[in-house]
Amino acid sequence: MKPVSRLGELAVLAWPGGALLLFAAVPFVLLLGVSVAHRDPAGLWSPAFEATQFAALLDRNVLGTLAYSAGLAVLVAVVSTALAFPFTYFIAGMARRGQILWLILLMSTLSLSEVLVTFSWQVVLAKRIGLSDVFVWLGLLDQPQSLSPNFGALVACLIYLVLPVTVLLIYPALSRLDRHVAEAARTLGASPLRVFFTVIVPMMRGPILSSAILTTVFTIGTFVPPTVLGRPEDWTIAVLIGRMALTAGNLPLAASMSILLLATTLALTGLTVLVGRGAKGGA
Amino acid sequence: MLGLDIQDVTKRFGGFTAVDHVSLQVPLGRFVCFLGPSGCGKTTLLRLVAGLDSPTSGRILHNGKDITATPAHQRQFGMVFQSLALFPHLNVEDNIAYSLRLKHRSAKQRRARVAELLDLIRLPDIAKRSIGQLSGGQRQRVAIARALAQDPSVFLLDEPLSALDAKLREDLQVELRLLQQQLKITTILVTHDQREAMTMADTIVVMAEGRVQQIGAPIEIYRNPANRFVAEFFGASNLIAVEAADGQAVRFGARRIAVAAVPDGLAPGAGAMLAVRPEDVRLVRHDGKPNGGLPGRVVFVRDMGASIEIHVDCAGTPIVSVTTPRDWIGLAPQDAVEIELPAESCRVLLP
Repeated sequence: MKPVSRLGELAVLAWPGGALLLFAAVPFVLLLGVSVAHRDPAGLWSPAFEATQFAALLDRNVLGTLAYSAGLAVLVAVVSTALAFPFTYFIAGMARRGQILWLILLMSTLSLSEVLVTFSWQVVLAKRIGLSDVFVWLGLLDQPQSLSPNFGALVACLIYLVLPVTVLLIYPALSRLDRHVAEAARTLGASPLRVFFTVIVPMMRGPILSSAILTTVFTIGTFVPPTVLGRPEDWTIAVLIGRMALTAGNLPLAASMSILLLATTLALTGLTVLVGRGAKGGA
Repeated sequence: MLGLDIQDVTKRFGGFTAVDHVSLQVPLGRFVCFLGPSGCGKTTLLRLVAGLDSPTSGRILHNGKDITATPAHQRQFGMVFQSLALFPHLNVEDNIAYSLRLKHRSAKQRRARVAELLDLIRLPDIAKRSIGQLSGGQRQRVAIARALAQDPSVFLLDEPLSALDAKLREDLQVELRLLQQQLKITTILVTHDQREAMTMADTIVVMAEGRVQQIGAPIEIYRNPANRFVAEFFGASNLIAVEAADGQAVRFGARRIAVAAVPDGLAPGAGAMLAVRPEDVRLVRHDGKPNGGLPGRVVFVRDMGASIEIHVDCAGTPIVSVTTPRDWIGLAPQDAVEIELPAESCRVLLP
């Protein structure tokens, strides 16, 4: 094979590089520009260079909402990882055909839009035709009632949304796991449950942590589920940004809030890289 | 009886029968090898003994007690896996002490036992190393120590040496055998390597297609293979298609070959296989007048230094003879020879 010339290499990289520049870097620069602009109640904003909006971020409402969004995302990540890990371990132990079937099923749920899933949950949790009828039938409720909007409904829907992602993130590592390691632990006197907690989970610490952080990143910017299934006090930073931009018309503040959210997300991603390195170094 | 008693055990996976009505015994303190080609069911049988799979039918008894339904973690059998399956997240000490921790032994007891085992495997200074820092041979020994830590009543080894290079493998075979004799522990080793089985085993179980082909002491199996499969798989054999003549001889073309015995059930004229080990085949230079041997022509000579292998064509049948430099008569390809097959070395097998 002929070696690719330096120029050829650049040409190949030009396409993804250009796309990245056009669709990520340019909007980001615009966002930065708006965030330091001067708020003009008459015409949204006028070009300027001021830190007024970043100072406004210190307002407890914004930081509190960011902390709440991060907490919500961590909760969803922890619960979905706790659910997904044993489930994925089970799938990875199945025959090839079963594995493929489950993975296709999970992939297909990923193709559903977040909006569609959220409204489906709203229907399922409604007073008339949803889960509450089932609960009444089971004797858990006296009479049908609407199960949303509230925090629980929001968390349930978010877990549903990230669960397939979590499974797909953990699956590669679990499928490469040497099953004989678990069997060796069995012959050494560990019950299947003990094997799971003393061997499988510690061996998978790295993949578990990095997938939990990645799902946190996915969830921290959630917008549709909180608006539809949450009460105003359940709203996340993304909802706040949307309202600030669209309802309050304060684009510079919305932009600076977005940058804060972006910085948080970047910090979390950096953490994933560190965890990945730590896991490799330790193995 | 004391030891393991495998009674009519069968294991099916869907339509595939991996182990087919196997019965055998492993007496207390003995070293038994399950030997056979890949896919013969030897590893499956070992896993049934370990409790990692359960048999479709049949029973397994240990010291007279039926353990067929006992889960693996309650059997107290130490097992060494082909992949070794060491715990990558634990260091050497914690790997070896894993079973002791499950039994709630104190830290002091655990340390003492680990030190004792590290001495036994002659690696006293590696307790704090991580698994990733060990060489292949060291990992091998750590896996053995880990399996022995809980004082298992039965020691199971699934081709544990197959990943090592030839020199190290042979050294560890001797080491493992000496260790077993020192501990007097009932041991089953699964291998496809006949040399390995002969080095280590008191008793060899030759398996093929899920069935036991022959059980016996290594040298007995070598001298008296029970059937064609064993003769071919267990060491090199010349197999010559013959016809039964009478109780003392077989017919090869127009010639009679005297044999020690013809098995029952072979009527005169029936087809049979004559098995002769290459070292029992004697070649003499053909000097013009027949001496009673089979006529042949040298095709190829392989001089290995310690031994010499001569390939001879005998009326279309290839025959291999192995001799030592001391007895070497300096044959070359195309030389005419006579092939002498001593009657006591000729075994007649059903085809």
